[in-house]
Amino acid sequence: MDLSRSIPKALSAKKKMSKQQLAQTMVGWGFVAVAAILIAVFSFYPMIQAFYLSLHSGMGNNLQFVGIANYLRLFQDATFITAVTNTFTYLIVQVPLMIVLGLVFSVVLNRPDLKGKGFFRTAIFLPAITSLVATSTIFRYLFGQQGLVNMALLGLGIIDSPLGWLTQPTLARIAIIIVITWRWTGYNMIFYLSSLQNVDYSIYEAAKIDGANAIQQFFKITIPMLKPIILFTSITSTIGTLQLFDEVMNITGGGPGNSTLTISQYIYNLSFRWTPDFGYASAVSFAIVIMIVVLSIIQFKVTGDKK
Amino acid sequence: MKNIGKIITYLFLSIAAFVSIFPFYWMIVSSTNTSVDVTGGRMLPGTHLLQNWQTLMGQVNFGQSFMNSLQLSLATTVLSLLIASLAGYGFEIYKSRAKDLVFNILLGSMMIPFAALMIPLFRMFANLSGTFPFLGLNTKMGVILPGLATAFLIFFFRQSTKMFPKDILEAGRIDGLSELGIFFKIYLPTMKTTYAAAAIITFMGSWNSYLWPLIMIQTQDRQTLPLLIANLGSSYAPDFGIIMLAIVITTLPVALVFFLLQKHFVAGMTGSVK
Repeated sequence: MDLSRSIPKALSAKKKMSKQQLAQTMVGWGFVAVAAILIAVFSFYPMIQAFYLSLHSGMGNNLQFVGIANYLRLFQDATFITAVTNTFTYLIVQVPLMIVLGLVFSVVLNRPDLKGKGFFRTAIFLPAITSLVATSTIFRYLFGQQGLVNMALLGLGIIDSPLGWLTQPTLARIAIIIVITWRWTGYNMIFYLSSLQNVDYSIYEAAKIDGANAIQQFFKITIPMLKPIILFTSITSTIGTLQLFDEVMNITGGGPGNSTLTISQYIYNLSFRWTPDFGYASAVSFAIVIMIVVLSIIQFKVTGDKK
Repeated sequence: MKNIGKIITYLFLSIAAFVSIFPFYWMIVSSTNTSVDVTGGRMLPGTHLLQNWQTLMGQVNFGQSFMNSLQLSLATTVLSLLIASLAGYGFEIYKSRAKDLVFNILLGSMMIPFAALMIPLFRMFANLSGTFPFLGLNTKMGVILPGLATAFLIFFFRQSTKMFPKDILEAGRIDGLSELGIFFKIYLPTMKTTYAAAAIITFMGSWNSYLWPLIMIQTQDRQTLPLLIANLGSSYAPDFGIIMLAIVITTLPVALVFFLLQKHFVAGMTGSVK
């Protein structure tokens, strides 16, 4: 039975469709209904609500229509600009770093002659099973003034006095980037490894015979082969980074000052920490939506994939 | 030359493995030490495990939080898998233009950041609190519902269904099975690997989720493990031995699920990214 005809065709053919075929189509809708309704109610509807709220202002539920005033306020809000700058710093440094690392690990771990593959794969993936709150709590200690990172660096003679990992703005951002990379690299690696397993290894053998070195193989075979999955992981990582919350909340709390504050954290503070300003917070959240859409389009364009 | 390459490869991998595993080693060791030992940099197992355990179970009501997390995660996993696999199956097996359109619209929800949803969702559940107390703020239903259907999981199941041998379905129909019967009796048992991979992803996500429970849960008796750990860590005088024990126990179930289903996980992922 072919149901993949165009809609008008299907409509005109409706009368000809047997009762059984019609029943089949309806059954199909039945299968997808629950999921579709849930996503509509808990994603699309709130999304529209958020837009509606972003055009209003006021405390709690006492709202007044203000047009685009909230959006104009964004450009004069120093805290918002700081949060956007911080978030983009994480994005620009961390996502490429993690994707490259993940790719390198997966290529190395895909070598058929490598011993201890299972151990290395599991070890590198392991951080991905931890809760972000737990990870953050552990690293907050490790990066503390008296923490193990400083102890190790002092012990090795790399530094003379303990570094203020969580108290000095640049170091605090670096610490957060390290933690996110630790937590997510193995996770992304699994996607690449799974895809590589579908690549016939004889292609690499042939390239070797043709005299291609490891770096050439990486850029000429691996990257093109994995393009769709690289695109997928870069988009999900971008979306994830733009929403960064758990880590920063539990490592630095956004400090020192606002030097590590993320956009999500700012929205949380505006809505649940300070006197609730749902209207303005929604405008901030819509700013993230716009950024995600724009960045995703760019990523699709850059990789030049139709699908 | 070839040997040097090999040595560098193994050295590189060993460093990566060490960096990945060390925090685990450290948290396990620290859970057996006193807070003073932990902050002093002790890296060997100590004798304080039992005392840390007693404090954790007695003073901070860890058991209650553990049960809360377990209930929420199990319910979320079972329901999410059912909903997403029904949908993924439906979109692929009963393919039509109209359904593909709906599918693509649903996929679009992956682009919606949770940050943009949390305020309207919070208000939605706050409004429900009056009329439906079991659905409002600070309820299990409220924590579970918004995350039950995810486009990612539907996509995952649809991709895997593409490789499902369709002839079996016809055979099932001839045998007189209903459409739903085919799904439960033929499809579901055949797709064990896909379900295992999806179960790991969903269970982990739910077990570790923080932001939505942080917004929804308002009383201590309802709090989940990530909330408890965050509270312990931000207290005025954090006890690192106890915090690390809490983290170790919180990590154990996920580690267990992962190691039990690891083989299926990799196989399932391979199937879905093909």
